[in-house]
Amino acid sequence: MLGRLTLAAIPLDQPIPLIAAALVGLVLLAVMAWIVFAGHLPYLWREWITSVDHKRVGIMYTLLALVMLLRGFSDAILMRSQQALAYQAPGYLPPEHYDQIFSAHGTLMIFFVAMPFMIGLMNFVLPLQLGVRDVAFPTLNSVSFWLTATGALLVNISLVVGEFARTGWLPYPPLSETAYSPGVGVDYYLWSLQISGVGTLMSGINLVTTILKMRAPGMTYLRMPMFCWTALASNLLIVAAFPILTATLAMLILDRYLGFHFFTNEAGGNVMMFNNLIWAWGHPEVYILILPAFGIFSEVISTFSEKPLFGYRSMVMATMAICLLAFMVWLHHFFTMGAGGDVNAVFGVATMIIAVPTGVKVFNWLFTMYGGRIRLDTPMLWAIGFVVTFTIGGMTGVMLAIPPADFVLHNSLFLVAHFHNVIIGGVLFGGFAGYTFWFPKAFGFRLHEGWGKAAFWCWIVGFYVAFMPLYLLGLMGMTRRMQHYDDPTWHPWLIVAAVGAAIILAGIICQVVQLFVSIRQRASLRDETGDPWNGRSLEWSTASPPPAFNFAVLPEVHGEEPYWGIKQRAHEQQHLDNTPDYEPIDMPRNSPTGFVCAFFATLVGFALIWYMWWLAIVGLLGAYATFVVFAWRNRVEDVIPAETVARIDQANRRARARALETLEVAS
Amino acid sequence: MSLPKLLVRGALAWSTRITAGLLGFLLAGCQARVLDPQGPVGVAERMILLNALAIMLCIVVPLIVAVLGFAWWFRTGNPKARRLPEWSFSGQIEIVTWSVPLMAIMFLGGIAWFGSHELDPGKPLSSEKKPLDVQVVSLDWKWLFILPDQKVASINSLVVPVGTPVRFALTSASVMNAFFIPRLGSMIYTMNGMVQKLNLQADHEGTYDGLSSHFSGDGFPGMHFTVRAVPQAEFDAWVEAARGSGPALDENAYTSLARQSMNVPAATFRDVAADLFDRIATQQIPPGPGPDQTDPQSKISPKAGG
Repeated sequence: MLGRLTLAAIPLDQPIPLIAAALVGLVLLAVMAWIVFAGHLPYLWREWITSVDHKRVGIMYTLLALVMLLRGFSDAILMRSQQALAYQAPGYLPPEHYDQIFSAHGTLMIFFVAMPFMIGLMNFVLPLQLGVRDVAFPTLNSVSFWLTATGALLVNISLVVGEFARTGWLPYPPLSETAYSPGVGVDYYLWSLQISGVGTLMSGINLVTTILKMRAPGMTYLRMPMFCWTALASNLLIVAAFPILTATLAMLILDRYLGFHFFTNEAGGNVMMFNNLIWAWGHPEVYILILPAFGIFSEVISTFSEKPLFGYRSMVMATMAICLLAFMVWLHHFFTMGAGGDVNAVFGVATMIIAVPTGVKVFNWLFTMYGGRIRLDTPMLWAIGFVVTFTIGGMTGVMLAIPPADFVLHNSLFLVAHFHNVIIGGVLFGGFAGYTFWFPKAFGFRLHEGWGKAAFWCWIVGFYVAFMPLYLLGLMGMTRRMQHYDDPTWHPWLIVAAVGAAIILAGIICQVVQLFVSIRQRASLRDETGDPWNGRSLEWSTASPPPAFNFAVLPEVHGEEPYWGIKQRAHEQQHLDNTPDYEPIDMPRNSPTGFVCAFFATLVGFALIWYMWWLAIVGLLGAYATFVVFAWRNRVEDVIPAETVARIDQANRRARARALETLEVAS
Repeated sequence: MSLPKLLVRGALAWSTRITAGLLGFLLAGCQARVLDPQGPVGVAERMILLNALAIMLCIVVPLIVAVLGFAWWFRTGNPKARRLPEWSFSGQIEIVTWSVPLMAIMFLGGIAWFGSHELDPGKPLSSEKKPLDVQVVSLDWKWLFILPDQKVASINSLVVPVGTPVRFALTSASVMNAFFIPRLGSMIYTMNGMVQKLNLQADHEGTYDGLSSHFSGDGFPGMHFTVRAVPQAEFDAWVEAARGSGPALDENAYTSLARQSMNVPAATFRDVAADLFDRIATQQIPPGPGPDQTDPQSKISPKAGG
């Protein structure tokens, strides 16, 4: 009945995960109890859980990312403190536990922090920037989100029921095969990623379709904001790369569940095939993450320099070049597996070629700042911190791209420092910049500046203190994933790195406080006009938070930076454009399909991990039935009457007219 | 040699020297093994590393200074800054922004191209001395070194004659590992059913740390070993001693050795079966077993039969 699940699966002998899980469980229970008893459940169900509004879905994605960041970061704290203590000592984490922690850290940070953070921001911003009312497939969007949440849930269940993979965040066979990893850890990994991977793929299809097919009138490709371009490139990569991940993991699943031999040692299995396939997805994945961040920084740097982006067409070209080249470099992840001089050289040079369009981007950001009127608000601080940090990370990346240099640096802490350098300095800083930048758009009030700046300084100082020693340790010959070590020269630097992690912790605490303080002081941080940063693209032309239909009337686009043009015109004419003719708007109806599907997907995943075949069949049937019910629905859309649209839009127009008057008086 | 070439050479040499000097200063007190190699492979790799770093620092340092400088100079509160609120294109600058990274990458690409061929791990080292053959098997979780010509073997410790090229053939008994001696240079992966080639040489006497640089399971952090580079006579004496002591290494002894064990102390074996390595590499001896789930001490979840 319960497959291989017994009470013994609960690690009663390991206090750390149990206490952590108990705490998380208590907090969750408390929040849920509060929601139910305060009567918020119907609101939550109606407005959020079943919402197909791209803004709501985007916000939930981002929230998921931030919550998982806390979990992933606690893993980081555990690792750094273990290594600070484990000099000629076992430390406090035994190997079988430590190995799960670094595997979970990588898996969570990539799949359930970086991915949902970027997808969440894209979801929220893209339709607004393109001047449309929603994404191409709103219900599919909700399904994507909830499947991602399912994956995150399964990874976290592994904390208390069974174990997580002990193979690293990419389960290289044969270590991940049944012979060497007979437990449920790898199965948790596989099913979490299969389920959330389906969500990511659908989200990619959705956003590509949105960008290609749903732009405001006059929004030609070369008038799209930079963020739309980088999002297009990123989602094209998702569509092309995620099927490879799904197929690769499916092969490993066949090996583990049905005794196939794709990657086993015996019977003609080929472990190198796994490496090639997983990195054929894995390298594009890096660009899936960093490209939207590039877009965010382009928007932020241009807005806070009060200038158009320098070399827009060059930037578009560079973005698309990166998109294409991302697929041609995967082998640099295993130069040290003996491919031979020619193959290594080709992939080394190809890797470096990516540095050219990336370098162009950095230069263009630099010249965007030149001659600007730079406001050093928090988003801009993240952007400047990014350019500096990312440049260093890019440099060490090119060093690793030289095969003979990689021969002595591969898998060392130098490598670990490098990819944290680009992922924290690039993706995460980008996420934080976007979060601060678009928060007022999403909620109608700005985040507290003082706490935001404090968080920025803690993060950047903490980052350098935590990761610069890792570069050194790599040069000192320390390899990654060491549960203990005997080398006295490594010890001091690992203590420094642990201090760095503590400083980053202070930054995260500042961010939590910032959110809390901002909500408390929302009245004084209110954004009345919908344009708190003097923005340039269309998302700032609507109210904050935007109405469900985004735009009362779809904007007409006449050039790059459409909202900047609208503002210039209003300035010259000293009044807003004439009141438009309002018409009723059809908006997609909310649907519980995503949530119900994800509920069944969770059952399927959990059942397959624990060999409860009957439950897996029940879950599959349930998910299928949900789709059938959805496909047979009668009403697809709700109509918002013209009067409601007019009332909502007029309120925003009044606020903008007031702002314009104040500006005129001031100038 | 033409003047521009000389200038480039000179600039490169100087910036490499400055970089090395700065790094040396930074690294004083900590043992940067990769930057303090004891053999020709490591020396060549360090040179490539430093050259590449020097070339890139020429771009990266001014870039970072400019970013910080622009951000400060063009801040809102600076009345002296000249504002260009519409300026967003310049053909000349665009040419520079594309060509500077392109040129740097051509330089570095050249280094990568020649370096990959020159330092290919399988390429024999040029030397008048006959290379020493060492067969390496990564086991869960220890290293087995077989000296086929000497018919001795050792666990987690390797003795080689100084100044003599060592020709490694490597395989794995079970999962992947990577064989790495930071002081000597290039690492290489070990995989079951495959043989990898690696050529290294120690130019100076000494004891060098080696380790596995690819995670291979719970016992992974204990998979380190020492390499002693000793004069030929001392090496011969070591071989003699190993031949006369320790257990023999036949297939049975190997099979029990291949079972999972952690933090294994160094040991030697005599009378190594001649074709042992080949039989492991061609899987005539089956891959080493994984963890025993029925063991009550097993750390696997769930436990078998539980």
